[in-house]
Amino acid sequence: MARIKENMIHGLFFLNGLVVVGVLCGIFAILVFTAAPAFKEISIVEFLATVRWNPTSYYKPSYGILSMIVSSLMVTIGALTIAVPLGIGTAAYLTDVASPRVREVAKPVIEILAGIPSVVLGFLGIVLVGPIIARVFGLPNGLNAINGSVLLAVMALPTIISLSEDALNSVPRSFTEASYAVGATKWQTVVRVKIPAAISGIFASCMLGMGRAVGETMTVLMATGCAPAMPRNFLDPVRTMTASIAIELGEVPYYTTHYYALFGIGLVLFVITFLINMAADAVLNKYQVKVR
Amino acid sequence: MFRKTAKMLGVLILSVVVSLPALSQEMVQVRGSDTMVNVVQRMAEVYMQNNPGRYIAVTGGGSGTGIAAITNKTVDIANASRDIRQQEIIRARNSGVEPTRVVIGMDCITVVVNGDNNVDRLTVAQLGAIFRGEITNWKDVGGADMPITLYGRQSNSGTFVFFRDVVLKGDYSDRMNRMNGTSQIVEAVRADRTGIGYIGLGHARAARGLRVVRLALREGGEYADPTNPAHIAEGKYPIIRTLNQYIDGMPEGRIKDFLSFEVSPEGQKIMSEMGFVPIPSEYVEYNRTNAGV
Repeated sequence: MARIKENMIHGLFFLNGLVVVGVLCGIFAILVFTAAPAFKEISIVEFLATVRWNPTSYYKPSYGILSMIVSSLMVTIGALTIAVPLGIGTAAYLTDVASPRVREVAKPVIEILAGIPSVVLGFLGIVLVGPIIARVFGLPNGLNAINGSVLLAVMALPTIISLSEDALNSVPRSFTEASYAVGATKWQTVVRVKIPAAISGIFASCMLGMGRAVGETMTVLMATGCAPAMPRNFLDPVRTMTASIAIELGEVPYYTTHYYALFGIGLVLFVITFLINMAADAVLNKYQVKVR
Repeated sequence: MFRKTAKMLGVLILSVVVSLPALSQEMVQVRGSDTMVNVVQRMAEVYMQNNPGRYIAVTGGGSGTGIAAITNKTVDIANASRDIRQQEIIRARNSGVEPTRVVIGMDCITVVVNGDNNVDRLTVAQLGAIFRGEITNWKDVGGADMPITLYGRQSNSGTFVFFRDVVLKGDYSDRMNRMNGTSQIVEAVRADRTGIGYIGLGHARAARGLRVVRLALREGGEYADPTNPAHIAEGKYPIIRTLNQYIDGMPEGRIKDFLSFEVSPEGQKIMSEMGFVPIPSEYVEYNRTNAGV
């Protein structure tokens, strides 16, 4: 009897795993099959290596997505530059420095941060973050890559803080006690013992935060200007891949080159996130071995 | 008790079933342009108040959707913020529909700059060059020495296409910020001393901190102010489009009655209250000869 139950549970979990893999393969297949017709008319080199995207041009349509790829990478890197130090710092503060009372208040607040809808953050980007950036850098407006980075950092922070905190908490007590026993200060213990010991979990949290930033649509659509020109630096407007798909998919005539090309962008986005996750996994495994 | 309830229910259902065909016969269905949906809806509400027992249903979906619906005879009136295309006329005639156009108002696209900008007049050629990215400094059009920042709509907007086809006659600058809706353009230009953008007249009237630019069709021509009804009535303002309704053949009965209300002074008052421009005299004449309203 117990054996049958065991087998059934085993089967159930196997099925669950299979469904996830199936959905993933299905999405990939749809992207590939819908994107493929685009490359009858656009060469892959033109698609990936030219900067001009204007499928509804007054003259001749052009389908280069290089500036979008660069834009997406810029806001993502910018977001991580802000969110990673801040997130790990906050996590370390919550686990090792903060009094229980502070922790009780801070944790739910951080979790609420994760629940803010992206459209609200986008709005804040326009009316609050944008004007501040404009004043600080002496620009006419604040619709640029920095604005997008700041907002995406806010979105990635809860993920990074929560998961890093879990990782730090799961460092065995004996590690910290050993550190204190040899006379290390609190700062030395956190920075030299706890964070290195928890690095695999912290790294995973950063990767999840990065995934959130790459795929985010509404915030960047509203707050980064969405000009299709190649950004020259972080003070230029950017137009990410996600924003382009969101803007154009609603109005595009179906089964045209433009329609297929939008799926092409989706495919590129999919491949980028896939590669990020693969890389994260590889690094993760390496570090885990090192710690043990 | 139960029997009584059942009886009443039966009567109720019967009355609904009997009245349904009557209701749908009385109902005038309007579909199309998203720009027009609010104003036509407002007109329909007032019309239904004035004429109890008449029903007007107004839905959006875009000008193309409306024209397709009248071709398929699923609605009585199509709203279109653009003129019907030759291809669409042919398709309609093939299915036995003869599209008749009634102009129920005008929509002005106004060009706005920041309230601190001293540039208050431009020619259409200058405007086109600015948005194509050929003029990039305000000093080239009589303003201060500062760069121009462009704010426009995203490519899924009908206004994006209209402005490009009428003013630019070319592609927008790659450096133009693509804003997600008219109110974002208003916000951005209000906050940006170097900004310029295009929005509907209704938004321009309501917004503070913006300067509405006067436009001239050509160098040396008269600069027309879109907020001045006299300039628009005289046809001096260059970026203006008609708000059309299309029906099958000559309007009759309840359709004609509603159309007459829309073009009446009462209907036109709603038109201007909603930020649009009433029908100019040439189109009043056009409606009379073309559709008899």
